[in-house]
Amino acid sequence: MKRRELLTMAGAGAVTTIVAGCSVGSIGGGGSSDKLSLRMLVPVSGDGQTAYQEALAKAFTAQNPDIEIKIETQPGGTEGDNLTKTKLSTGEMPEVFNYNSGSLLQALSPDTQLVDLSDQEWVGDLTEDYKPTVSTDQGLYGAPIGTTMGGGVLYNRKVYDELGLSIPMSWDEFTENNQKIKAAGKTAIIQTFGTDWTAQLFVLADFANVMAQDPQWAEEYTANKRKYADQPALQGFLNQEETAKEGFYNEDAPAAQYDAGVKMLANGDGVHYPMHSGPLTALQQNYPDQVDDIGIFAIPAQDAADTRLTLWLPNSFYIPQSATGDKLEAAKQLIAFSQSPTGCEIQLEHATVTGPFANQACSLPTDVPAMVTDIDTYVQDGMTAPALEFLSPVKGPGLPNITVEVGRGIRSGAEGAELYDEDVKKQAQQLGLPGW
Amino acid sequence: MAIGTRRWHRDRVYPLWFHLPAAVLYVVLFAVPTGASFWFSLTRWTLFEAEFIGLDNFVQFFSEPMLVQGFINTFIYGFVTSGSKVVLGLLLGLVLTGRMFGRNFLRSVIFFPVLVSTIGVGITFKVLLDPFHGLVNGVLAAVGVAGPGWLTDPRMALLTVAAVDVWKGLGIATLIYMAGIVAIPQEYFEASKVDGASWWQNFRHITLPLVMPATTTVILLSLIGGLRSFDLIWAMTKGGPGFTSDVIASVIYKQYQAGFFGLSTAGNVVLFLVVSLIVVPMSVWFNRREVER
Repeated sequence: MKRRELLTMAGAGAVTTIVAGCSVGSIGGGGSSDKLSLRMLVPVSGDGQTAYQEALAKAFTAQNPDIEIKIETQPGGTEGDNLTKTKLSTGEMPEVFNYNSGSLLQALSPDTQLVDLSDQEWVGDLTEDYKPTVSTDQGLYGAPIGTTMGGGVLYNRKVYDELGLSIPMSWDEFTENNQKIKAAGKTAIIQTFGTDWTAQLFVLADFANVMAQDPQWAEEYTANKRKYADQPALQGFLNQEETAKEGFYNEDAPAAQYDAGVKMLANGDGVHYPMHSGPLTALQQNYPDQVDDIGIFAIPAQDAADTRLTLWLPNSFYIPQSATGDKLEAAKQLIAFSQSPTGCEIQLEHATVTGPFANQACSLPTDVPAMVTDIDTYVQDGMTAPALEFLSPVKGPGLPNITVEVGRGIRSGAEGAELYDEDVKKQAQQLGLPGW
Repeated sequence: MAIGTRRWHRDRVYPLWFHLPAAVLYVVLFAVPTGASFWFSLTRWTLFEAEFIGLDNFVQFFSEPMLVQGFINTFIYGFVTSGSKVVLGLLLGLVLTGRMFGRNFLRSVIFFPVLVSTIGVGITFKVLLDPFHGLVNGVLAAVGVAGPGWLTDPRMALLTVAAVDVWKGLGIATLIYMAGIVAIPQEYFEASKVDGASWWQNFRHITLPLVMPATTTVILLSLIGGLRSFDLIWAMTKGGPGFTSDVIASVIYKQYQAGFFGLSTAGNVVLFLVVSLIVVPMSVWFNRREVER
């Protein structure tokens, strides 16, 4: 569903699955009474997704033996959003917590709830794409965890070679490729409406193309002066309607789940999957031999000159204002440590690399999967833009359902876009944005 | 007044303050939150701050695009499940109070689904009813019938969930009817036997009128349950595909999930009023009929 699960997947993607104990700081035992105890909150969507945070805590406490770190977990997704808000408003939030960047962060009222970190040394290393996603006019509140993700069309390179296809730059070329794949008896486009958030990617990953055609779009959208019902943003909805009508989807799309979609892509039964690079984690775990068969290209715009890759920026570490004194200092130290070269090493070792880092002090190793190389090429060429949720706080909760309806043919693309414009009003009013 | 009160106290076996523990719990855990929710329904509430916005939430709630569909679905769901439980519960009640082989075993079988967790039932049926890999369509395919997309066809999803709801809740309805039927004095049947009444006349003129209290209970319980039903729908379809099986409760839940706390509280106030408006007059009417009888 909603952006939250999309980003929970990001969280899940960023961290490998190793089951371990829950309180790393207490490893080594006895005499912890005079230690400064720091708590860190991590949202998880499954077992063992705290491997990176545990490794970080272990390395940090080895350097700072007078501090111990207790890791706490809570569910991700929308349930986690409400827990996070509740903990902040009751002052029970642990001294360091992990949470989304972008529109979800804005909903936490960072200026009144979080500690400003803009005076920290590592801030200078953050990429320009990332900084605004953790900032308000009054400060910068977060430090990135893990790597950026790219969003576009995941494709099976092996099948592309077999059928002699080349990467489409315009929408018409993409349609041609789809027709050839369909004629070859394979599923041209994988859709998994059983996991409804996956249906949003036609719209969400098209956003870099929108920004290429109208660089002011995100800002004007926040001010209620741009609409999804109008071009260029409407195109994402129309693309979904068109591909559905052409019969490019897998037969079991209405009920299929995300995992089944990844499987189809890995074994080549399905060739295109509009998605972000989050499935790399699942590919590395379940289909290690096929990881390098899967690449990614940007969703083609109508005009090849507008085609860009959409980026999802990483989740971040934050400190609540309820942390004070020694604990506040220790929390800042821990975050600084996570952004240091040693911190980068720990991320590389314990988290799946899904794209380039948001901290320039960290660099990618040479032996990354093909998909990451593809994303890095777009980044190096400057052919990217962040997803809308990192540029505007306006995001409606109904998009997964609406895009499922468009993909199933229950509603037309134009009607879906109009309905979504209605849907986002509530969010804008809740945030008290001017112009709504 | 004061004297009257004292006398009233004296007449009681136990002092009034024995009520206190229960009253405190009721006030703290129910009355105060309910009162607070009426207040929060008038605010734009982020959990950090609540801004008073008058009736805007109600205006917003009623202009929700999915609201009309949600109300229609809620009524379809409530009346279909309630009606089915009355008819099937009465039939099963009649069968299971008659003399038959394996009666106790069958009673247990009918009641068993009531004991299972609703979420568990929902997930199990979702797997069984999967249009492509599910057992149900697998069996249908084996006998040459192409099974429909039970939960993925927008026209069928809501009714499929309603059918599962009936399967799960039928045990209670049957139990209530069995108790009602057993409580009918045998003298009536003996008298009608002397008069030469047929099975149908017995049923129509003795059983049916005398199980009216049971019918009232079944209708009220299942209608209230149906109108505010949420867990089974959420487990099976999450209101989908798209919005096609959304009911009021799932619309409200999604608003809450999205962090629109004031708006979803307003929705709950509306749901509370709607259920009361339907069920209270119905309850009064049924009770009056019973008294008249």
